[in-house]
Amino acid sequence: MDLTKDEEAALKGEQGETLALAYRILVAVGEATDADHLLPVEWAHLSGINYNTIGDAGEEFLAKLSKDAKFKIKTTVNPMGFDFDTVARYDLDDEFITKQKSIKNSYEKMGAIPSFSCIPYEIFDLPKSGTHVSFAESNAAIYANSISKLKTNKEGAFSALASALTGQSPFSDLRKDETRDPNLTIRMKADKKDELAFGLLGYYAGKVAGSSVAISGVSELDRRSCKSLCAGMGTSGVCGMFTLGDAKGETIDFDKKEMQNTHDELNTADSGDIITLGSPQLGLDEILDLAGMLKGRSFKKRCMVFCPRAIQEQARKFGYAKEIERAGGELLYDCCICLTPLIDKKNVDGVITNSVKGAYYLRTSNGVDVNLKSLSQIVEEETK
Amino acid sequence: MTIKVIVKGKVQGIALVAKNPMNFLGAVDKKTGKVRDEKHDLFGKSLAEKILVFPYGVGSSVGAYTIYSLKSNKCAPQAMICLKADLTTASGCALANIPLVIASKDEYDSIKDGTKIILDAENGKIL
Repeated sequence: MDLTKDEEAALKGEQGETLALAYRILVAVGEATDADHLLPVEWAHLSGINYNTIGDAGEEFLAKLSKDAKFKIKTTVNPMGFDFDTVARYDLDDEFITKQKSIKNSYEKMGAIPSFSCIPYEIFDLPKSGTHVSFAESNAAIYANSISKLKTNKEGAFSALASALTGQSPFSDLRKDETRDPNLTIRMKADKKDELAFGLLGYYAGKVAGSSVAISGVSELDRRSCKSLCAGMGTSGVCGMFTLGDAKGETIDFDKKEMQNTHDELNTADSGDIITLGSPQLGLDEILDLAGMLKGRSFKKRCMVFCPRAIQEQARKFGYAKEIERAGGELLYDCCICLTPLIDKKNVDGVITNSVKGAYYLRTSNGVDVNLKSLSQIVEEETK
Repeated sequence: MTIKVIVKGKVQGIALVAKNPMNFLGAVDKKTGKVRDEKHDLFGKSLAEKILVFPYGVGSSVGAYTIYSLKSNKCAPQAMICLKADLTTASGCALANIPLVIASKDEYDSIKDGTKIILDAENGKIL
């Protein structure tokens, strides 16, 4: 990879240890993806905020890094493990809370916007079409490329962090127009077309697709289904983008049987103790929809609803939050289903969710069983 | 050249070959180095001290922190050999200083699970 004199000097440590580390990461990622140079990016979105996911090693690394590191570009961050306003209600140990606070402080000290959301594309104004960004959260990277008309690779936590510190990223993979053209089409043949169906389609597509994939047989995709598709795809694969319609090259059918197989892989229980909604976190329209669906009904079980803080505040002003809480739902913000310490196998056997991404991480990381069903089915079966 | 070096180093160890791609965040316990996803073909096995051979990393970008944590917790693989590059594995190995190479299909397929190999990720050779 060709570096400018300044980049070369930074790599050698002439501008301090932090930038040397950041350039070391960018060069490794550049070599891995055959980039020939670095290019400027305008916005970094970071993952690795939740203490449950990054552990002591991550917490210590960030505390050390933040002593003198500063982000060079707009930098937003993923959810944490819980929100500080309501954490007292949950039986979390003090060490977790202390370590989470340290991580939060480190990011804020480096200049991060305290968004704590996995849907930056829904809560911030978007730069103009074609702008290069560096998004680590997998659902956000896919959404940014496919819907928001931005350009990003499906970044790793450290490659996005290196972008935040330098304002640069290797010019490779989905940053190149020729890679963005898919060479594989997945044809949606299943009749079911709710958000769960698209989450399963995404999970399947992620397994078979390369960097970019075409989805055909779908005339329109509402935002809920689209987010579900992005999250499913981001969980199972390397694929960082989809287009709608047929592409050149091979076509694979995703039919009822394939959908059932995918569901069988992720669904491990017929029911559960609690319901979780919001991986990815819910946006304002989804909260409004949910409040509407719950009119005159109440959850039979505890239901946790995850959304960004910014959305929660709007939902409260519009009165939707009250409606969800009346029905027995708990609104949580700054955190999400995936790897939250609030769902622990010590006190929960099974979780009901409509999120394919949530289902995968609940089973593998939280170690709980999952009953995966659509939102309409959850409302029908789990409320009265 | 059939081996592309991403993170340099020279190590020897036992090859642990996975058929499935790796979602480090979901599938690997960062405190022990054990594969905890029962649907993964390496389920129950430890990555510690092995030369981990797998097609490529998938899923969460936070897997890069898992790789870094494995190293800090002294249960990381000595090195990794992949068939295809992904940014999570590459950035995780770069920060954790775990040698990483991308091998050609022939080279990759010739590595047998359980055999002792020497990975020279300075000169791009597997012996």
